[in-house]
Amino acid sequence: MSLLEITGLSVSIAGKPILRNVDLSVAKGEIVAVTGESGSGKSMTAFSVMQLLPENAEIGGAIQLDGTELTALPEAQLCAMRGARIGMVFQEPMSALNPVKTIGDQVVETILIHGALPRDQARAHAHEMLSRVGLPPDQFSPTRFPHELSGGQRQRVVIAMAIALRPDLLIADEPTTALDVTTQAQILDLLKGLVSEFDMGLLMITHDLAVVSDMADRIVVMRAGEVVETGPTRQLFARMNHPYTRMLFEASRHSVELPEKHGAEALLSVQDVVRAYRLPRTKLFGPAEYHRAVDGVNFTLRKGERLGLVGESGCGKSTLTRAILGLEPVQGGQILLNDAPVYTERGADLAVRRGMQVVFQDPFGSFNPRHRVARLITEPYHLLDAPPTGAERADAIAEALRAVGLSPDDARKYIHEFSGGQRQRIAIARALIIKPDLILFDEAVSALDVSVRARILDLVAELCESHDLSYLFISHDLSVVRTITDRVLVMRAGRIVEEGETELVFSNPRHPYTQALIAAAPVLPDIDIDHRSHPHV
Amino acid sequence: MLRYTLKRLISLMLSLAVASLVIFAVIEIAPGDPAQFMLGVNAQPDTLAALRAELGLDTSKPDRYLAWVGGMLQGDFGTSYTYRTPVAGMIADRLWVSLPLTIYALVISILLAFPAGIYAASRRGRIGDAAMMGTTQLGVAIPNFWFAMMLVLVFAVNLRWFNAGGFPGWDKGLRTGLHALTLPAIALALPQASILARVMRSALLDVLGEDFMRTARAKGLSRGQAIWRHGLRNALIPVLTIIGLQVSFLLAGAIIIEQVFYLPGLGRLIFQAINARDLIVVESVVMLLVFVVITVNFMVDLAYAVVDPRLRTRT
Amino acid sequence: MSRGLWIGSLLTALMLGLALLSLVWTPYPYEQLDIPNKLMPPSLTHPLGTDHFGRDILSMIMVGIRTSMGVAIVAVAIGLAFGIPLGLLASQRKGGWIDEVIMRTNDVIFAFPLLAMAILITAVFGPSATNAIVAFGIFNIPVFARVTRGGALSLWEREFIFAARVAGKSRLRISAEHILPNILGILIVQGTIQFALGIQVEAALSFVGLGVQPPTPSLGRMLADAQTLVTIAPHIAIFPGLAIITIVVGLNLMGDGLRDWLDPRLRVVRA
Repeated sequence: MSLLEITGLSVSIAGKPILRNVDLSVAKGEIVAVTGESGSGKSMTAFSVMQLLPENAEIGGAIQLDGTELTALPEAQLCAMRGARIGMVFQEPMSALNPVKTIGDQVVETILIHGALPRDQARAHAHEMLSRVGLPPDQFSPTRFPHELSGGQRQRVVIAMAIALRPDLLIADEPTTALDVTTQAQILDLLKGLVSEFDMGLLMITHDLAVVSDMADRIVVMRAGEVVETGPTRQLFARMNHPYTRMLFEASRHSVELPEKHGAEALLSVQDVVRAYRLPRTKLFGPAEYHRAVDGVNFTLRKGERLGLVGESGCGKSTLTRAILGLEPVQGGQILLNDAPVYTERGADLAVRRGMQVVFQDPFGSFNPRHRVARLITEPYHLLDAPPTGAERADAIAEALRAVGLSPDDARKYIHEFSGGQRQRIAIARALIIKPDLILFDEAVSALDVSVRARILDLVAELCESHDLSYLFISHDLSVVRTITDRVLVMRAGRIVEEGETELVFSNPRHPYTQALIAAAPVLPDIDIDHRSHPHV
Repeated sequence: MLRYTLKRLISLMLSLAVASLVIFAVIEIAPGDPAQFMLGVNAQPDTLAALRAELGLDTSKPDRYLAWVGGMLQGDFGTSYTYRTPVAGMIADRLWVSLPLTIYALVISILLAFPAGIYAASRRGRIGDAAMMGTTQLGVAIPNFWFAMMLVLVFAVNLRWFNAGGFPGWDKGLRTGLHALTLPAIALALPQASILARVMRSALLDVLGEDFMRTARAKGLSRGQAIWRHGLRNALIPVLTIIGLQVSFLLAGAIIIEQVFYLPGLGRLIFQAINARDLIVVESVVMLLVFVVITVNFMVDLAYAVVDPRLRTRT
Repeated sequence: MSRGLWIGSLLTALMLGLALLSLVWTPYPYEQLDIPNKLMPPSLTHPLGTDHFGRDILSMIMVGIRTSMGVAIVAVAIGLAFGIPLGLLASQRKGGWIDEVIMRTNDVIFAFPLLAMAILITAVFGPSATNAIVAFGIFNIPVFARVTRGGALSLWEREFIFAARVAGKSRLRISAEHILPNILGILIVQGTIQFALGIQVEAALSFVGLGVQPPTPSLGRMLADAQTLVTIAPHIAIFPGLAIITIVVGLNLMGDGLRDWLDPRLRVVRA
C-alpha cells in the first residue's frame, strides 16, 4: 500500500479540462518526480493533492493519503491535514513568505496552528528545524524578515515550515527553478537528506529532466494533462517507451553543429570596463558608496566568433550586456565595436550601434503589443541613414521572416497571435534585418520549454551557416552555452574569472568557481537512444 | 528605523518651508493695501502709516516672511486686520470644533469601512459583495454637504432626534458636544467610508492572490485564519495611504459642512475672512491646513515603517 | 463589456445629453422669474418644481449640469495637458534631476488640500468659476503626472523598450511612440475618475461661494441657494443633489468598467 495513491484524477477549471485520468503513487521514503513541459498539468496535480484548487475547479477520481480519501474530506479536516501530514514547498521563494512577519514566527506558526506543542516548546522546535535546513539560529537570527535573506535561504525557510511537523508527504513544486545552479544543488541535497532522515514521501514537480534523473526514484512524464509514461528512473530512461519521453530527453541534451569559424580581427573589444552604481546612502553624511557591478572586464570577440558568457544571477552579466549595447555609460574603460567606441560624451553613436542587435529573454515582453510584426521587426531601420521603403522594405521583411522559419504573411499579424517560440523567432528576425556584425543573445532561450529551445538553437546554428553570424551568447544555462559557442567567459561578482575554448573549459575547468558551477549542474544520464533497441510498446 | 524617521522629518520640514513660501508669495501678489482697506479711502496718511507700521507692512518682503514664519513658530500668527485681535486665539477657538469633528468622522469612517471591506472581500463575487459594492458606489458619489442637508431634513426636522445646527460648546459636557457633532460627522464619514471600504476590499483581494497566502493555506490555516493572520497586515499598507489622504479630505469637508450646521468652526472664520479681505487670517488658516496635511503624511510614513519591515532597513 | 460599464456609459450619456440639449432647448428659460409661482412642488407644468424666484428647476438643472461638466472637463484637461508631459519627462530618467524636481514640486502641490488652494486663489483674485477650474486643474496636474510616471516607469523596464533603444531611438521618441500609447488606457480611466471628482469639487466650492457665481446656475450654486430653504421646500435641494449623484455614479461605473475591460491589473490613484 502506497502512502499517496492517485487514481483516475481529472480536474477541469471553468469547464476546461486540465487533468485527465491521472494515476500516480508515492511510497514512504520514495522520491517521485512529475515532469513535463508547460501546460502539462504537473503543478495542478500537486495542488490537487493539497486540495488547494481554484474555487471554480471540478475534481473527479480519487486521491488517497494512507487510505484516507482527500477529495471527500471536509475543509476543517483538510486544514488539519495540510502542514501536519502533507507539507509543501513552492517555486518562488521570493514571494512565498509573508514579507511582514519574521522567519521564526512563520515557522512557529506551522507548529502552533496544529496545536502540536505549547508556545515555548514550539519556538525551540522551530529553531531546531531552521538549524536542520541550514539556518542555525546563532548565525541566522529567526527575528530576521524574509527580505533580509537570499533566495536560497528563503527556500530553506519554506522547507523548514513544510517539514516542521514531520509530514508523511512532502510536495515540492519546481523548488529550485528560481535558484542559481549552485544553490539548486544545495537545496536538492537538503531535500534528499530530509526524505531519508524522516522517511517521507516526496512528490517533486520539475520541468528539468536532468534534476529528475539525479533525484528521483520514479518518474512520471506528463503532457497536456495526461500521464504518458511512468516507471522507475533507471528503467524509464533505459526504455523510454513513449515518443514524447524520448523527445523530451533528446531536446534536453540537444546539441548543434556550428560551422567552422573564420576571421581573426577584433569585432568587439571590451577594455577594462567598469560599471558602478551608487548605493543608497547608509550614513546621512560622508561619501556616497558605489557597487561595482562590472569590475574591470576585458575581452575581445573576433569576427565570426560565437562567444559565451556564463554566470549566476547578480554576477553582472546583464549590466555588461547593457553597457555593450550602449544603453548605459560606463565609469571606466571603453567598449569598441569595429574600433569605434559605442558610447561617447554625446551619448551612443548611431553609426556604431548599427553594427549590433540584441535578442532578449522574455518572448512576451520584448514586443510592443500594439504594433504589427512588420513594424516590430523593422524598428532597427531607425539606425540607418536611408532605410529601404516600399517594395524593397517588403522584400527585406519577407526575407528576414523566411530566414527564421516564418512565413512572409506573418508580417501583418500582431504579436499575441504567436507562441513563445515563434516570438523568439520574430525577435531574431528583428535582430537580423539590418544585417548587424554582432548579435547579443541575452538569455534568449532561457524562458522556453526544452522542445522549443532545441528548435531555436537549431535555428541559430543554421543562421551561423547562412548569415556568418558573430554573437555573444549570455546565459546561466551551462548546457546551452556548451553547444552553441566556440569560446566562453565565466563571470563572477563583476569579473571574468575564466576564459577559453568552450569544450576545454567545460572538460577541464581551471578556476575553482568554474569547477563548482560545472559540478553543481545536474546532468542527464549518458544514453545513446539511436543505438538502443526499441522494445515493443 | 531612526534613520528612516530622521529622513522623513527632514522631508517634513522642507515641505513646510516650501509651502509657507508659496502661500506667502501668493498672498503678496494680492492687489490692494490691507491698511488702506481697514481704514477706508478717507484715512489720514499718518494714521495709515502708523497702522502699516503696526501691521509690519512697512518692512521688506523677506523681512515680513521671516517675521511671519518666526511668529508662527512661537505661536504668534499675527493680528487680524478686521477684528484687531490675535489670529492664533481665533484659530484655536475654531479648531476646537473643526478638529474634533474631523477625528469623529475619521473614526466613524474606519469603523464602517474595515468590516465592510473585509466582508466584501471574503464574499467576493457573491451577492453580499455585490450589494456592498453597489452601496459604496452610491456612497462615493454623494456630496457630503448635500447628504448633510438630507440628514437635517430627516433626523432634525422630521424626527427631531438632533438639533438642526449650532454648537453648545464643550463646557456643556462631552456628550452634549458630541451629540451636536454627530450628524455632521456622519455626513462627512459616509462618503469617505465608502471609498475606504472599496480600497480595503481591493487591497485584501490583491493580497489574497499573493504566493504567501497560498503558503499559509499549505501550512493548514483555514481561509479565514489566513486572511486574519497574513492578509490584513499586508493589506493595511495601501489602506494607510488612503486614510492619510482622507484626513485632509475630512478636514476640508468639515470646513464646508460647518456651513450647513452653523457650526462655529474654521469654516465660518475663513469665509468671513475672505469676504473681509482679512488676508492675514486667510494666510494663517491655509498654512494650518497645509501643516495638518503634511504632518499626517509624516505620521502615515511612520506607520508604514511599523507595518512594513522592508521600509525600516531600506533607505 | 461588463454590466457596470453599460450602466455607467448610459447614465453618462443621458446626463451629457441633457447638458447638450440645454444649449438649444429647456422647458423654460432658466433665468425667467415667476415670483407668484415660487417654491412650487413638482407638478405637470414644472416637473421638478420651482425655486424661490419661481424659476423652473428642471431647466436650471439642465443648464447646471452643463456648467458643472464644463468646469470639470476644463480642469481635467489642464491636468492632462501638464501632467502627462511632466510624468513622461520624469519617467525618462528615474531618479535623475528632472525627475526629482518634477516629483518634489508635485509633492508640494499635493500637500495643499484642494480647498486650501481654492481659498488662496479666491482670497487673492476674488470668487469666480475660473478659480474653481484653476484650483482643481492645479490639483489634477500631480495626479496625472504620478499615474503617467508610474505606468511609464514599469514600461521602461520592459524589453520592447530596450529593443527600441537598441534601435537607436531617443527617449523622447520612445515616450511618444511606445510609452504613451501603452498607458493611454490607464489615463482614460483616471481621467474619468477625475471628471467625476470635478463634478463634486465644483459643487462643494460653489456651495461655499468659492466657485460659480450667480446668476449662472450650477449644481453647486443651486444647492447653496437651497440650503436655507431646504426645510420648507425640500425638492429644491433634492433634485440638484440627485443630478450630481447620477453623474458621479455614471462616471465612476464607467471608469471601473473601462479599467476591468482594458486591463484588470491597472492601478489607479483613487483619492
